Amino acid sequence: MLDFIIRRVIAIVPVLTVVAVFIFLMLRLTPGDPAAVIAGDNATSDQIDDIRRKLGLDEPIWTQFAIWITDILQGKFGESFFFKKTVAELIAQRIEPTLALATCTLIFAVCVSVPIGVLAAYKQGSMFDRAVMAFAVLGFSVPGFVIGYCLIYVFAIELGWLPVQGYTRIGVDFWKFLERMVLPSLTLSVGFVALISRITRASVLEVLNEDYIRTARAKGLSNRVVLMKHALRNAAVPILTVIGIGIAVLMGGAVVTESVFGLPGLGRLTVEAVLSRDFPTIQTVILMFSVVYVVINLIIDISYTIFDPRIRY
Amino acid sequence: MSVVTEEVVDSASIAAASTRRRPLWQVALRNPNVIVGGVILLIMITIAALAPLLGTIDPTRIDPASRNKKPGTEITMRMDDGTTQKRIAHFGTDSLGRDVYSRVIYGTRVSLLVGVAVALISVAVGTVVGLISGYVRWLDGIIMRIMDGLMAIPGILLAIALVSIWRAGLVTVIFAIVVPDVPRVVRLVRSIVLTVREEPYVEGAISVGTPTWILMFRHILPNTVAPLIVQGTFLAAAAILVEAALSFLGIGIPPETPSWGNIMAEGRTLFRVFPHNILYPGIFLALTVLAINIMGDGLRDTLDPKMSKKV
Repeated sequence: MLDFIIRRVIAIVPVLTVVAVFIFLMLRLTPGDPAAVIAGDNATSDQIDDIRRKLGLDEPIWTQFAIWITDILQGKFGESFFFKKTVAELIAQRIEPTLALATCTLIFAVCVSVPIGVLAAYKQGSMFDRAVMAFAVLGFSVPGFVIGYCLIYVFAIELGWLPVQGYTRIGVDFWKFLERMVLPSLTLSVGFVALISRITRASVLEVLNEDYIRTARAKGLSNRVVLMKHALRNAAVPILTVIGIGIAVLMGGAVVTESVFGLPGLGRLTVEAVLSRDFPTIQTVILMFSVVYVVINLIIDISYTIFDPRIRY
Repeated sequence: MSVVTEEVVDSASIAAASTRRRPLWQVALRNPNVIVGGVILLIMITIAALAPLLGTIDPTRIDPASRNKKPGTEITMRMDDGTTQKRIAHFGTDSLGRDVYSRVIYGTRVSLLVGVAVALISVAVGTVVGLISGYVRWLDGIIMRIMDGLMAIPGILLAIALVSIWRAGLVTVIFAIVVPDVPRVVRLVRSIVLTVREEPYVEGAISVGTPTWILMFRHILPNTVAPLIVQGTFLAAAAILVEAALSFLGIGIPPETPSWGNIMAEGRTLFRVFPHNILYPGIFLALTVLAINIMGDGLRDTLDPKMSKKV
């Protein structure tokens, strides 16, 4: 087991290396002087020279990469000349809304989609099953921002139940924070619920045909126990896998959702950085999202053994 | 009195029929999902092709006199030659007085173009790389590590990063969406190549000295067609959504070219008063993507039954 975890952790090194090389090359392949690009439009020539020296832009590209990656590994992500702050400070400032949004969405989506997926599989072919499947296709097809605006229109503007936009920090006022999280999390959940409920239904359906399910029923166990203990637990691996893959959808969706609801998170930061061509920030945010994505999937991979003791590494 | 026709049992044709493969499109057309999705998609293609004939005006025409009109308002347009013309703005106008109906209709072109282009390019590039990766063993490790790395960057973020490098525009957007899609196609093609190359008929072909390129094109490539059609359909649907998202965020197609995403971006500021600027393009966008996804589900069930069991 420990052996597996070590091997699995080592296996992410080449993946992250490719990610780093790609993000590094992205900036170097832009036309023009990278130092001038990094410094932004309003930089003085002193600042540009300073950056050129720091990044070793006169050195060969290998050395430049070495300098860049060493800085990153030491937590020196560079400076955003547009926001007049270090990138690390910027991220620290902006991470809370994104983390909150992702957590609320994840909790909500899993709590909703797993039960409806199990129920749809149990009642295969029923109206409920068809409704779930139809919702799943619809959830993939309607873009997040359209859902977001529909929800805003109905619940915030017409009914006036919830605030339209904005964010309250969790430490400032928890209830206001929660109030402002409802619509964004609902919006971001739709695609996620569609994804998870569909996979849950498919994998539970497969398990329900197994002999041990018949045995469990024959023992006289109630439907609830059979479904939740025998079926769902055995169907857990594909469901977990898709939740892991779905994290990427979640991150992409967060960018759009934060823009719709005016949440000052990392997604908005990314868009603002792109619009102002603030490359140090773009690079760091993308790198960070990728690392988080890879690490979450690593954890999920390792957790398979907990959900399915038959898996031995 | 009925005439009993003499029935000749043509054993040869029966034998041939059982082995002859029906063309893929015939198989696919038996599925109701394919038909429903296909019909909606066909309507969208017609709208895109006939955009100038559908009662539209120049979608970029700015008219300060008729800004922010609600749907159904009659507006008076002053033409270049001094005459005036009355028309009803079915979908209203935006904050620059442009006709939303015309913009939405013309926007169909951008979305479909992006969907088709992304699907075709990613499938083409992905197939070539996948074939090489699956067949040239020593390259496989290197190629797949690169693909793993690309897949570790969340797709839309990778697209956003790529858009930031080049000037925003149609080609940039298409390229930026293709890059994260290619690894998915590569994986699919590679896995097919790896299974097929162990088949007896491929081993047979190798043993009689068939050149590699014939082997690839005649024996291996045909196996990838059905799964790639299915994959391509889903890629097109996703690409249309990503383009809309990028344009909505203001980093996709520039506002001179109407696209559903940038019409919605335009409507954001006055959404509370004029929700129509987001509603109408949103409906078109959702309907188109829904049609492609429904068609994709149907295609998967008919063309790629192995995959349909998995999902």
